[in-house]
Amino acid sequence: MPDAQPAFQFADLRQQHEVAQLGMWTFLATEVLFFGGLILAYAVYRFGYPADFAAAARHTNITIGTANTAILLTSSFLVAWAVAAARLGAARAAAILLSFAALAGLIFLVLKGFEYREEYREHLIPAVNFSFPAEHAKGAELFFLFYFTATSLHGLHVLIGIVVLAAIARAASRRAYSARYHAPITVAGLYWHFVALIYLPGRSES
Amino acid sequence: MSEQEKNYLTADYRLRSWFFTTDHKRVAILYFAGITLFFFVGGAAATLIRLELATPQGDLVTSDVYNRLFTMHGIVMVWFFLIPSIPTTLGNFLVPLMIGARDLAFPRLNLTSWYLFMGGGALTLYAIFAGGVDTGWTFYTPFSTFYSNGHVVLAATGVFVAGFGSILTGLNFIVTIHRLRAPGLTWYRLPIFLWSLYATSVILVLATPVLAMTLLLIALERIFGVGVFDPRLGGDPLLFQHLFWFYSHPAVYIMILPGMGVVSELVTCFSRKALFGYKFVAWCSIAIAAIGFLVWGHHMFVSGQSAFSALVFSFMSFVVAVPSAIKVFNWTATLHKGWIRFDAPMLYALAFIGLFTIGGLTGLFLACLAYDVYVTDTYFVVAHFHYIMVGGMVTAYFGGLHFWWPKITGRLYPEYWARAAAILIFFGFNMTFFPQFMLGVLGMPRRYHTYWPELQVWNVLSSAGASILALAYALPLFYLGWSLFWGRRAGPNPWNATGLEWQTPSPPPKHNFKTTPVVTRPPYCYTPEAQPQNA
Repeated sequence: MPDAQPAFQFADLRQQHEVAQLGMWTFLATEVLFFGGLILAYAVYRFGYPADFAAAARHTNITIGTANTAILLTSSFLVAWAVAAARLGAARAAAILLSFAALAGLIFLVLKGFEYREEYREHLIPAVNFSFPAEHAKGAELFFLFYFTATSLHGLHVLIGIVVLAAIARAASRRAYSARYHAPITVAGLYWHFVALIYLPGRSES
Repeated sequence: MSEQEKNYLTADYRLRSWFFTTDHKRVAILYFAGITLFFFVGGAAATLIRLELATPQGDLVTSDVYNRLFTMHGIVMVWFFLIPSIPTTLGNFLVPLMIGARDLAFPRLNLTSWYLFMGGGALTLYAIFAGGVDTGWTFYTPFSTFYSNGHVVLAATGVFVAGFGSILTGLNFIVTIHRLRAPGLTWYRLPIFLWSLYATSVILVLATPVLAMTLLLIALERIFGVGVFDPRLGGDPLLFQHLFWFYSHPAVYIMILPGMGVVSELVTCFSRKALFGYKFVAWCSIAIAAIGFLVWGHHMFVSGQSAFSALVFSFMSFVVAVPSAIKVFNWTATLHKGWIRFDAPMLYALAFIGLFTIGGLTGLFLACLAYDVYVTDTYFVVAHFHYIMVGGMVTAYFGGLHFWWPKITGRLYPEYWARAAAILIFFGFNMTFFPQFMLGVLGMPRRYHTYWPELQVWNVLSSAGASILALAYALPLFYLGWSLFWGRRAGPNPWNATGLEWQTPSPPPKHNFKTTPVVTRPPYCYTPEAQPQNA
């Protein structure tokens, strides 16, 4: 296999690697502010309707939520492990670890689907079939509006992450990366850790 | 031999070599085409507004159409001209050249930005021609989510999509400036243009996503009838204003910082002097970007925020004026005992300094709590921000366009016409917008198409000025277009300017430099003896 060559705008692979990492960090800064706007709005209403929000939060499924938290954190760990393996040039191990991480993401989405189905049956989806005891209805509807907006945006991020991890796992299994050059694994890893992390505050709230 | 003489324009003539290009210089040209189109669309709306306001009665358009006109003017000019203007055209073209790189860090992402920008623009134009939007460019709730009968979701989606283009441009610039600088090009050897673009990019990356989320929430509320901002359903319309201005006030600095960068290049070159207080000017860009995030509440002095918040926001608004003032003083000090030449770019730069100063000082009036209550939503505010955005940013854009025109096209523009246009813009601009300060003080509210008959004299003056301004803005289209074919060939460095972009041929070859330059000196090493070659 010929050694990887830097793209034309870079002096060497090291520079290309640094650029990729800084690019992802900058992108994650954007993401933090993107979700930050949503979390701020959520916090404002949580402050305005504390009782309604507490009542609404009791209707979310704590078992699936906890399982999904564990699944995302585990897959995050698998990706970190894959980066360590890639650094040592163990491309095959990295490929396997990344595949399992992507699989964990898939399981997360399936479980999330079950959770959504349960919430649909309990009439908790605003604008579709929302009904809630009148005393808490106003705030509860806001709660579920933010819940569905946040979790579906997060789900979209997970979906993108699964595709990226799978593609990189495939490339790694074909020996596209080496101990000298494995920037895509590092960068996709950064993204995946973010996707796992941003799930935590939402989970602890609901 | 002929292979070596090829530049980025002649490298390939096929259409797809343009629409699938990853060359930052070609992407810049694509952006030039896009924003020029939007500039004249937004300008057409402004023309109709000024025509309507020539008489106190509403005799040209109905109030409903008038609402759509000023909304279209605002949305198009802010998001599809001013925000992309200098960064995506001059910035795209010059960032790699100025740092001695072969391209931006992410060339394909750069092209993606353009497609997002044009896609968002197409959606917004479609919203405009399918019936328009009547909310004003600020999309205030609950009007935008409940009462408005315009195409709010469509227009907001357009802005949302274009916003991601801005974010990716900002990301590209940040990474490029950090990682792709030529050997020896330390931060304090960077031209000020890059410092200002860096500060601008930070705002683009950190503020735009909040706007994206806010527009998403508006669309959700409008489509599904849920109450994010609707007080009847438990929402809070003020929250929308906070979120919107958290983006849109920093966005005001997106619309001025690049202009400050351009002017720093022009003032030094045409007074043949190093920039006075380089480090202060550089760090003032960063300071403006940082403090700019903490002043958004001054848009809400009459919206019902607590008196204590208002006090803090008022104070911070005064604070953000300090770095701007430092810059103005430093440009002026650079002129002092300089070897000043009044070429067209310099005329634009000097116009910028004057107009920006008026815009900035009237901004201080508006930062005062009591005075702001008096002139809120009047033409005083309209005049103030047009002095910054049009008098400042658009003037700087034209100055930069003329200065780097020889580099971009390889041709010199006709100096006589360029000076005439610069002077006409200056007079047309002042005649259009100075009367609006008077109108504001006299109490004329913005966004109405009828007014008291005694205000007609100021309005007629303003409309007359607008006709001069329209003519002056159209002029460069003709003489710059002419110069593309018949202008004299420019050498690599017609201004005898410092800066790496002048060390490569005009137009530059596809990958900018034959060999990566090495930098050994600070920027702006000008000496009074050196005379421009085309004197």
